[in-house]
Amino acid sequence: MIPVIGLAVGIIAGLVLRPAVPAGLQPYLPIAIVAALDAVIGALRALGERRFDDRVFVVSFISNVVIAAFMVYLGDQLGVGSQLSTGVVVVLGIRIFSNAAAIRRRIFHA
Amino acid sequence: MPEHGARRGWRDLLRPKASQVVVAVLIGALAFAITIQVSGSDDDDYSGVRGDELVELLKSLDVANERLGTQIDDLTTTRNGLLSSTQRSERAEKQARKRADELSILAGTAGATGTGIEVVINDPDKQIDAPALLDAIEELRDAGAEAIAINGVARVVAQTYFLDDDGQIRVGGREIKRPYRIEAIGDSQDLAEAVRFRGGLIDRVDNRGGSATVTEKDKVTITALADVKSPEYARPTS
Repeated sequence: MIPVIGLAVGIIAGLVLRPAVPAGLQPYLPIAIVAALDAVIGALRALGERRFDDRVFVVSFISNVVIAAFMVYLGDQLGVGSQLSTGVVVVLGIRIFSNAAAIRRRIFHA
Repeated sequence: MPEHGARRGWRDLLRPKASQVVVAVLIGALAFAITIQVSGSDDDDYSGVRGDELVELLKSLDVANERLGTQIDDLTTTRNGLLSSTQRSERAEKQARKRADELSILAGTAGATGTGIEVVINDPDKQIDAPALLDAIEELRDAGAEAIAINGVARVVAQTYFLDDDGQIRVGGREIKRPYRIEAIGDSQDLAEAVRFRGGLIDRVDNRGGSATVTEKDKVTITALADVKSPEYARPTS
């Protein structure tokens, strides 16, 4: 219940405040969002399998975001920023899809 | 059971555990980030684009620019060509129209107006025949008459024939009655001279017992048209 309220508050805050993304954060935000989505989908899967743990979620969320941002930063420094961020997005996408598939199998048995 | 679950949910809401709050904050942060990212990507802002991508963009823009420049050049050339050809054909059309107008006066298919003379031949004794009238016309032509009509009905052109027919004269198939009134467009003085000179038309008419008068006019208008016959045998060469 509380997470849902957090979700609503976040969306409303984003819509109302409409802050400009700081220039320094701009390359990292999309990747960080994908990484966080991966953590959230993983959490939903764990919730469905009744082994959800707040601590695991918080740690995986933060570490996902930080590592993704760091990889993008590293890629930028190495001059392969776009390729590396593509790689990160692909890997996270695969994880999101596999987690979503697990959830789907549990709900629909298909 | 569901009631119990719902009550537990409400109790959670009133006394949340710290970890739940942290989860909520994280999800709220994610929602916030997604929202601003989605709404921020609406405007075409390149501040978030990496340097090498910008270079690529710039390069592709350069290439597109070059291609469009070439296209502009091509189209400008085509347009100029079309414009000049339009002007040329306009000029040609104007010239052709002018020539057609001139030729239509010559062929007698158009009316004509200009300075000229009017010759009236009174022939009470019916002594003026077709050859005599033709002679008069030839003299007018020699003097530079550009358009000639007799009695306002018979236009005299290259194909016009003169024929005696039962005491009357036919000009180009049209019967003309006495007195004969010849209108000619051209230099009025020259034409008048061509009629008046000694041994000319007036003298000859006098000799035959008739009388002829010449009037120089500033404006002679000929409305009679010749019957146009398309040539049956002659074909234009080239």
